[in-house]
Amino acid sequence: MEYEEAKQKVIDELTKKQKSKSKFYFNDLSKILEMKPREAKKIVNKLVTDGVLEYWSSGSTSMYGLKGTGKQAGAEHEG
Amino acid sequence: MKHETPMLDQLETGPWPSFVSDIKQEAAARAKNENNIEYQIPVDVCDDLLGILELSFKHGRTHWKHGGIVGVFGYGGGVIGRYCDQPEQFSGVAHFHTMRVSQPAGKFYSTDYLNKICDLWDRRGSGITNMHGSTGDIIFLGTTTKQLEEVFFELTHNLNQDLGGSGSNLRTPADCIGQARCEYACFDTQHLCHTLTNEYQDELHRPAFPYKFKFKFDGCPNCCVASIARADMSFIGTWKDDIRIDQEAVQAYIGGELKPNGNAHAGRDWGAFDIQKEVIGLCPTQCMWMDGKELKIDNRECTRCMHCINVMPRALRIGQETGLSILVGAKAPILDGAQMGSMLVPFIKAEEPYDEIKEVIESIWDWWMEEGKNRERLGELMKRQGFQKMLEMTGQKPDPRMVQEPRHNPYIFWKEEEVEGGFERDINEFRKHHQR
Repeated sequence: MEYEEAKQKVIDELTKKQKSKSKFYFNDLSKILEMKPREAKKIVNKLVTDGVLEYWSSGSTSMYGLKGTGKQAGAEHEG
Repeated sequence: MKHETPMLDQLETGPWPSFVSDIKQEAAARAKNENNIEYQIPVDVCDDLLGILELSFKHGRTHWKHGGIVGVFGYGGGVIGRYCDQPEQFSGVAHFHTMRVSQPAGKFYSTDYLNKICDLWDRRGSGITNMHGSTGDIIFLGTTTKQLEEVFFELTHNLNQDLGGSGSNLRTPADCIGQARCEYACFDTQHLCHTLTNEYQDELHRPAFPYKFKFKFDGCPNCCVASIARADMSFIGTWKDDIRIDQEAVQAYIGGELKPNGNAHAGRDWGAFDIQKEVIGLCPTQCMWMDGKELKIDNRECTRCMHCINVMPRALRIGQETGLSILVGAKAPILDGAQMGSMLVPFIKAEEPYDEIKEVIESIWDWWMEEGKNRERLGELMKRQGFQKMLEMTGQKPDPRMVQEPRHNPYIFWKEEEVEGGFERDINEFRKHHQR
């Protein structure tokens, strides 16, 4: 899968689910991409670098979300 | 102090060192600012930290919120977002993020280094650290979002220091001091720990695992880092050949010229050293005996408990053909109870460039990344799919040393294709010879 195609696929799928949730496990992304985790990781890393996705961390678990969606740092009254 | 803290004050009355006193001391130092530090986050951060803790004690519930998107560019770990839910009352800790700083292998520091990281954290954070967190990192407790990149820049550019792992990452690998100080070490723990930390930078900083994953390295089976209980993958030094015996030194222990346990029990008179009672009788596999004046060991029966070596280090030494065992699946008891590691590789040489070890690691990750459910530790996957499945996926051959106790955890089952004639049978043929 080409990067642009993969990017669009991730954006479309995550946008669709936006109503119920804004944060996704890595496994959800590799399922969307229909790739083995190690292959999917290369694309997901690039999506983060390009600012399409962003990390969320509880400290023990990490998740991914479309940048700017869900609760943001701004919601904590911080610039 | 800015807030009244009667309940916290009570904590200071115990006989132990108190974190409350420490934080109060830091709060007072920040208020005075004798060194004219240009504080980049609220000066009263420590006062407010005490205040919000007192309030939590009063209410019987926490006032911290959990998690967030904060981090440094390109890293999915190392920063843990923390916010309090009473920002008006305690503005100093409204944003109080944690940073994990990767500790050096073996935790060797120079005082210059310690001074510099403390200066950095005084200026750009709360000044409160945790030396060290459970995983081993240096924990910086409490700073604002704006300071995260600044701290990261200074750490990496001025102190040659990286952030550690958090979240669904490889966590900062931890090791014992190993051959640097310890004669029991069967491999260079620091070198292996440092090499794998560098090798797996992507796994450390960019989360793609189902959950956390920990490496820990113990130079010998004394397991000072407790890797066997705490690491998803523990590397424990061992040896293949025989324990080396210095019979003269054995006699010196018996005669009292050498003190047992490196004289660690000198505080009280325990009487004369009794090798039968204190060493031979305590051997879990009873593989030692005295043959006249000679100590004998049946090394085939030795399970590397280390007791005899610990008691008589001058007389008994680890073998010369050293390497390590790899155990997998240990974890703390959030789900399913605590689990100890299970033997995966009984013996592997620990030699540069460690390619064999890397192969084992990567085969485990391939299996777990594909089959592990969200937030499932390796030990839980092993329980769910079975040890045999793991052996298949990692290409390891079954070995009797993997069996914990006979008939308790039978990891190995026959498969139909391995059995002559398969599992189907002709019932009529069977009935000819066996009545119902």
